[in-house]
Amino acid sequence: MPSVSFTRNLQRHVACPPCEVAGATVRESLEAAFALYPKARAYVLDEHGALRFHMAVYVDGVPIVDRSGLSDPVPGGGAVFVMQALSGG
Amino acid sequence: MADELLVSTRKGLFSARRQGRGVWDLEGVSFLGDNVTLTMVDPRDGAWYAALDHGHFGAKLQRSRDRGATWEEIGVPAYPTPPEGHVEKDFLGREIPWRLIRFWCLVPGLVSQPGLLWAGTLPGGLFWSEDHGDTWHLVESLWNLPDRRKWAGGGADAPGIHSICVDPRDGNRVAVAVSSGGVWITPDRGQTWTAHTAGMRADYAPPELVYAPESQDPHRMVQCPAAPDIWWVQHHNGIFRSTDNAMSWTEITDVKPSVFGFPVVVHPKDPDTAWFVPAIKDEQRIPAAGKVVVNRTRDGGRTFETLHRGLPQAWAYDLVYRHALALDDSGERLAFGSTTGSVWISEDSGDSWLTLAVHLPPVHAVIFA
Repeated sequence: MPSVSFTRNLQRHVACPPCEVAGATVRESLEAAFALYPKARAYVLDEHGALRFHMAVYVDGVPIVDRSGLSDPVPGGGAVFVMQALSGG
Repeated sequence: MADELLVSTRKGLFSARRQGRGVWDLEGVSFLGDNVTLTMVDPRDGAWYAALDHGHFGAKLQRSRDRGATWEEIGVPAYPTPPEGHVEKDFLGREIPWRLIRFWCLVPGLVSQPGLLWAGTLPGGLFWSEDHGDTWHLVESLWNLPDRRKWAGGGADAPGIHSICVDPRDGNRVAVAVSSGGVWITPDRGQTWTAHTAGMRADYAPPELVYAPESQDPHRMVQCPAAPDIWWVQHHNGIFRSTDNAMSWTEITDVKPSVFGFPVVVHPKDPDTAWFVPAIKDEQRIPAAGKVVVNRTRDGGRTFETLHRGLPQAWAYDLVYRHALALDDSGERLAFGSTTGSVWISEDSGDSWLTLAVHLPPVHAVIFA
């Protein structure tokens, strides 16, 4: 099963430890994780379900291409990592 | 009279309490390290609302029913999904996203409307909630207004609603002010909207557009609670006042040291008394001559007093944003905070000021609680 991990910076606002989920795409994997951590959804996605502008998602170390549809495939046992761009002061 | 002050800053929500005559101390902080863009105190039930901008993680709203001891995250407005292929651009060609960027105004409904809240946001959506902010609804009539697309940013890259006035005589009459977008009023709780900028003037606009509603750049708009036909606007172009329920506006030009600024507050019982924090326009946006002052009129804008006792009068470059000047219900206590982290409080209607802080993070907003 794919694993989903969230940046530690998000843990400050919403508890969302790494989890294993069923999902063949980024969308399916993230939605499965959000079913466990419902509050995390609005921190990662905007109101239209697209990735927030300054957020990034990697699958096995490769940034995803489809930031709005989240249709990038996730292999069985793949690692989905949700992080943020670091900026500001 | 209010004995507590909430200071919304770039790095947290700070609270201060009056310890005795002329003595106020900072005593607590919530959301330390996070960007708190504004706070609302609901006089109907005492609840506090704090709007946060987490940047990467989006705009959030927190509510406290125990005066800041505990907070709970509640709902935020959602913009509708744009029609397929719809791309909206402003007059500079920049895309206006249909996404919540930031809260810019939170206002309670009337006492007769328990639970009703209004939220003005960037990029220009007005939202209402009937359940104390748990769920929000877009005022679609305003969002779909063709003239809404003419709103420009002014300060922020996207247009935003920074002032909401709910008529104390009729809670269905709601006015909003938009930086570089004008003043818009609905008499029927959002079914219809009309521009209310007659008399306003924008001398920075192209000649053909000097009087156009969308050219007007109100920085802050207030309505006197006890005399709701009287309104004040601190406009980019200067100070404007209405005595006919915002049907027309009169420009006030002779104001020293400057007619420019961002905030305005009006006395809750005396519509002729209002306070302003002047600054040099346009690009500089600093106090004139390095002196922090507050302007007060007590005669409806015919004359102004420049108040400075207790305020720095040299080498001070504090800018005060539109929500960073507050007045309490008595009309005697005022407070204002600056972009350089200073906060001052007056207990005598502005005649003299005491310094609450000089090293806070940049102050977005202050409000008495």
